[in-house]
Amino acid sequence: MHVLTLLQHLLVFTALLFAGTLYAAPAIAPAHAATEQVKVRLIAERLSVEPGSEVLIGLEQKIIPHWHTYWQNPGDSGLASSIEWILPAAASAGAIQWPVPERHKSGGLTNYGYADQVVLLSPLRIPTDAKPDSDFVIRAKASWLVCEEICIPQQAELGLTLKIARATEATAGAAPAPHPLIQTARSRLPQAAPWPATVAYAKDKLQLRITAAELNAQSAADIWFYPLQWGKLNHGGAQKLSRDGDNLLIDLQPGEAPGKAGDALEGVLVIKEKTKDATLTRGFTLRATATSAPLLETGTALVNTASAASISASTGDTTSPSLLAAILLAFAGGIVLNLMPCVFPVLSIKALTLVRHGPHASRTTRLHGLAYTAGIVLSFLLLAGLLLLLRSSGAQIGWGFQFQSPLFVLAIAWLMFAIGLSLSGVFTLGNSIAGLGEELTEQPGYSGSFFTGVLATVVATPCTAPFMGVAIAYALSQPALQLFAVFVGLGLGLALPYLLLSNWPLLQRCLPKPGVWMERLKQAFAFPMYATALWLSWVLVQQAGPDSLLFALGGMLLIALAAWLFDSTRALNNGPRRVATLIAIGLIASAAAVAWLRLPDTVAQAEKNTATQAGSEFETYSEARLQALRSEGKAVFLNFTAAWCITCLVNERVALSHDSVQAAFKADGLHYLKGDWTNQDAAITRKLAEFGRNGVPLYVFYPAGKTTQAMVLPQILTPDIVLEHIRPATDRRH
Amino acid sequence: MSIRHTFALTAALALLPMAGYAAPAIDQPAPTFSATTADGKAVDLTSLRGKTVVLEWTNHDCPFVKKHYESGNMQGLQKEATSQGIVWLQVISSAPGKQGHLDGASATRLNNARNAVPSHVLLDADGKIGKLYGAQTTPHMYIIDPKGVLVYKGGIDSITTANKDDIAKAEPYVRQALAALAAGKSISANNTKPYGCSIKYAD
Repeated sequence: MHVLTLLQHLLVFTALLFAGTLYAAPAIAPAHAATEQVKVRLIAERLSVEPGSEVLIGLEQKIIPHWHTYWQNPGDSGLASSIEWILPAAASAGAIQWPVPERHKSGGLTNYGYADQVVLLSPLRIPTDAKPDSDFVIRAKASWLVCEEICIPQQAELGLTLKIARATEATAGAAPAPHPLIQTARSRLPQAAPWPATVAYAKDKLQLRITAAELNAQSAADIWFYPLQWGKLNHGGAQKLSRDGDNLLIDLQPGEAPGKAGDALEGVLVIKEKTKDATLTRGFTLRATATSAPLLETGTALVNTASAASISASTGDTTSPSLLAAILLAFAGGIVLNLMPCVFPVLSIKALTLVRHGPHASRTTRLHGLAYTAGIVLSFLLLAGLLLLLRSSGAQIGWGFQFQSPLFVLAIAWLMFAIGLSLSGVFTLGNSIAGLGEELTEQPGYSGSFFTGVLATVVATPCTAPFMGVAIAYALSQPALQLFAVFVGLGLGLALPYLLLSNWPLLQRCLPKPGVWMERLKQAFAFPMYATALWLSWVLVQQAGPDSLLFALGGMLLIALAAWLFDSTRALNNGPRRVATLIAIGLIASAAAVAWLRLPDTVAQAEKNTATQAGSEFETYSEARLQALRSEGKAVFLNFTAAWCITCLVNERVALSHDSVQAAFKADGLHYLKGDWTNQDAAITRKLAEFGRNGVPLYVFYPAGKTTQAMVLPQILTPDIVLEHIRPATDRRH
Repeated sequence: MSIRHTFALTAALALLPMAGYAAPAIDQPAPTFSATTADGKAVDLTSLRGKTVVLEWTNHDCPFVKKHYESGNMQGLQKEATSQGIVWLQVISSAPGKQGHLDGASATRLNNARNAVPSHVLLDADGKIGKLYGAQTTPHMYIIDPKGVLVYKGGIDSITTANKDDIAKAEPYVRQALAALAAGKSISANNTKPYGCSIKYAD
């Protein structure tokens, strides 16, 4: 500690020394200064300024690694940087325009700020009576707090001399290009959000609702809402994303001084998306007006809940639960799973066999219980291993990741339906009376118990996602050992009730006596199965479009027919029985084949619709069409997009379909070609590679003329950026 | 279907107890604790019923703490409070090896040197009390009324800088709260923004 203290004294001393030399400097302060941690410098958008014009002045902070300066709302601790301007008479500087912040976590506190480098922009108004050719000296007293673990307040006085230009000079010649740092800084400023937003207040929760079809919560983006003011939100609290139709819902945790019902909520929505070529970050200022509409419970957004654990926002920045808490939660979740419609029937059936087999020697039942537990735990370990395998192969996946695949959803829906039919008594497998689960139960010995455990795990998956999202999400973001531990906890929880039953004969005696009611109960359990099949069909429609419903229900029809054929011919002799069995197998195989072959197309169509409905008049890209237009010397704007690329959709929303851009496209007789890479079309992949890219978005502008050079636009667009790129073409034409 | 990009994950923690930053609520009973003081005695919050108690989280090397000690503002507040029979507890939650950590003797020596007059210095190196109160910054101030109810939490005043010149311009929240409490009035600003360095809890 003494070393640290000493170090800090030293740092402060250095800072003061620097500040001291600055204050001692003559009338014009230097444009840059440095402390141990931060190099600061004043930059102007342009050095030659017209009277009456506005010019952006940037304060650049270059920060050494691991240290931070702060945003306007610094979060749990910290202090926003500030600038006090000393300006010639009648000049004025506006408030700092804050670039999009990042969140930093240390010791349980969350701060909003900047690392490495940031440029804080302030608009400076030059008085109209400024004398041409005169020097215009501006001075800034900049103060900032820089922290790693310890915090050091620092300040510097900086100066810059601008030149007042003659009004005629500036209008006659082409305006000089603005300073590149200022240009970059400007691109990091949040834009006004193009989406309406509301906020609803409930006890211990706020819900932000943003009407933005573009912000597809299933895409690979980190979306975070930074409140403008302290206390409105828990700065580090989890922000849970889900979707409700065209709305993106963000569940937020209130802070120390949350708003009341009726208060608007202001902040910056930051969307960070990793494309194959870069990490794209953009921010939108958002003012959510209060609504009295009730909060949507997570249940309403269950479509996403399947993938929702995966959506539960952001990278590892929110507070992580301790491993023990996660394991306990997983354990509790596992117990709850026993009550789930997908699991309870299996458990009950298993419990019923305990009764049916009469008073077993307690050693045997105990061993059955252990076998069942082993079956469950091993399946969970297998699943964890699979998750690890997939994760290590590069994809960061969430629980219910299987549900990302419509084919998987369809298969499970059919399985649930088939189990339902079996429970209803439409068909039976083997000699047993209750279908798959029952058959396994009927297997003598411990392998039967083991496989019932496996089955319980398999059928539990659809129920697991919504309930276990937290623990799973935690586990997935953890090292392998933790992940396995959490899954073992989950498995043990699931196994516990049966394990208890098999261990304590007393509890077994509490079980109801066998009788006709068992058959009735078994039949009743068919309905939760049907309900699950129904829910999954609905999930499927959300994922793969309305046509997929036909596959789901058609397949169920074929399965029912097959089941009926299979069972009603049971009494017949070998020949017809074999034919009927073959037909039944054929029916199911054809259902599977149709789904396998056709479902992906349905999905592609559904996604294409989303990808292309955004935006405006365009032609579908093909290399032939592009070459034809180029050989005629037409100007062409190329847009490569995908349904799952948020940045692409947002660019179309805020820039490409903006009135000014559309008008310019029309006025210039420009051809707008759009290529949809949702399915990673090979021709488009080649075109992307031509421009050294591996993925979307890619925007290319070919100016009019047969031999003009293609211009690649930035991946984040604003109307101005698009217009700046296509304007020269306009100039050339006129 | 094409690639569904999945998300980078974070645990959604709604169901889990936060690692210990659930700050107690205003107008609710203040969480009780017992602690060891710099001179090796034990202080139990429940034994202080009947008296107003001020909790001051501190870290003597934090520039925001220095702002209030080098200007004498904190010592002034301590004198005013303790002379009225208010119990002023200075709490050090810095973990060993981190900025602001002190042993009892050093803490006493430091307070003597800077004329600070807290009733007690509580050594909270394991951060238990800090986390119990959701203390985030140094300084971070709490006031507990004679009934044991938490009546104030937040900053020492309203201007969140490390600049001594700002003290005179700031609204002195803690002074106002103590005055209102003494006068039997309600405290107008009872939940304000704490500001300063983050508390250097054990990792």
